[in-house]
Amino acid sequence: MFWKSTYNEFVKIAAKPRSYIGIGAITIIIVIILFAMKSDGLSFISFVTAPFEQSLAFEGNILNGNLIAFIILQMLIIHVPLLIALVTGDLVSGEGAMGTIRLLLTKPISRTSILFSKYLAGCAYTFVILLWMAFLALIVGKWIFGAGDLMVLNSDGLIVIQQKDLGWRFLCGFGVAYLSMVMISTLSLTLSCFSENSIGPIVTTMSIILLFTIIGALDVPSLNKIQPFLFTTHMVSWRNFFEDPLPTKKIIESVSILLIHIVGLLSIAVYKFNRKDILS
Amino acid sequence: MQNSSEKIVEIKHLKKDFGKFHAVTDVSFDVYRGDVFGFLGPNGAGKSTTIRTMLSLIRPTSGDIKLFGKDLQSNRNYILGKIGCIVEKPDFYKYLSAEKNIELFARLSGVNVTKSKIHEIIDFVGLKGREKDKLSGFSHGMKQRLGIAQTLIHNPELIILDEPTTGLDPQGIIDIRNLILQLKNEQNKTILLSSHILSEIELIANRMVIINKGKSIVQGSVSELLNAQELIVSFSVDNIDKAKILLEQASMKEVIDKVEETNILLHISQEKIPVVNKLFCDNDVNVFSIEAKRKLEDYFLKLIKA
Repeated sequence: MFWKSTYNEFVKIAAKPRSYIGIGAITIIIVIILFAMKSDGLSFISFVTAPFEQSLAFEGNILNGNLIAFIILQMLIIHVPLLIALVTGDLVSGEGAMGTIRLLLTKPISRTSILFSKYLAGCAYTFVILLWMAFLALIVGKWIFGAGDLMVLNSDGLIVIQQKDLGWRFLCGFGVAYLSMVMISTLSLTLSCFSENSIGPIVTTMSIILLFTIIGALDVPSLNKIQPFLFTTHMVSWRNFFEDPLPTKKIIESVSILLIHIVGLLSIAVYKFNRKDILS
Repeated sequence: MQNSSEKIVEIKHLKKDFGKFHAVTDVSFDVYRGDVFGFLGPNGAGKSTTIRTMLSLIRPTSGDIKLFGKDLQSNRNYILGKIGCIVEKPDFYKYLSAEKNIELFARLSGVNVTKSKIHEIIDFVGLKGREKDKLSGFSHGMKQRLGIAQTLIHNPELIILDEPTTGLDPQGIIDIRNLILQLKNEQNKTILLSSHILSEIELIANRMVIINKGKSIVQGSVSELLNAQELIVSFSVDNIDKAKILLEQASMKEVIDKVEETNILLHISQEKIPVVNKLFCDNDVNVFSIEAKRKLEDYFLKLIKA
């Protein structure tokens, strides 16, 4: 019954027009970035490399598909949560708003199974969004700009990662980025269990992200203590895979904190959904 | 009159509070196999809350709910597998077709439902030819029919219909009523039908319960409750005082319910109406009109008006 319910959730997500807003928005944004990079990319690169040009000589195809993919991932990972919450925040509350939850919860399947079906479908949708983003950024980016070594600028300086060393880094980077997006899906699904309309959970998800990002950015001693525990701090941990040497401890710590958040929020969602009186 | 001795639904002293608001305070009733059971009460009496509690959409504050002889809380999935229901409005996924909606709910019903069965049910409720249409273009009546199709798809033993005729035009009401009668007569389903319209229950149900302010007031066979021997009969006469004396002399003082300016209200059986009429006419008390109301109907109308 669980898999049948999950299949139903896939059917619903695929049929909902709002599910295509995310895919459409990502496509438009990435096409704009690719177009901008194609026309003005070299001047953009020289802006980054200028401080190093007196001591270093840059050769080869610097503006390549790998760099484009890295830039796109960095730019979009902040905005993708909204597109994901648009669908996952609607999974439970949308049924309440439409009134279909009354029929759904009078079927011989436990509420926990229904919630997990929705969660699984939401995670699959998140995966599709990220996969589409990866395809456009990496595959289309390489097709337009070609391949090459990746030049990454971080607080310690400039790191150049050889092309042959990039495949697994992108794979793991997208993996951790996916985990942080799953965290967003879990948050919006949990909020969705508390709401009877779909706008509430979406707006609240974005407000929480905004609030935590601001707290994370403030260099105040009292806030510094909580910053490592905020999920927003770890949403950019995919970047750790483009460090040399690899900060394994930091990566494990980020993944653990994201997983703890996911499990904690999911437990709240299960508890709330099972005890919820359906009054809509 | 009940159809069988097997209890399908047993509700005992059901109570549901929403904070300080007592939606249901004490509802008890039984539904037997084969019954078309009327669940009657004015708006806000607690009908929908009771039905939602029976379907585990709402957790009761206290009380016992047994369906098919089993406790609802510990046998939820088993029980829900035997029930088909519409709770208030039949809401569906507007972005899917009628057929897809039925398919979707059929998948969760616990039985394998074939495409031909889905088409057969859609045909049964009179939506043939509209199965591929999206729900966004359906009228309320069509959604109601689709709701009934959804309840029947897994061949349930008990069908719960919460105010199925609300918002329908007169033809829609007749169509839904005929559908329910078809289910009763052709498929011998047990049906629990909630309504705030007494005449609707009278036309379809064989047993009923009346609830008001969260309490069950009376339950039993519809024919016994509605066609009870006792009526409230209002005689409009020209001489009230004389009419009263005549009744007292005929040892009928105790049947007088109320004396108004030109009317005297009596609790009498149908057979006694011509007797009283003759008594008045033979003694020069002119009778202008006689109006008989069933006691329960009168009571229910008072509830509705309140």
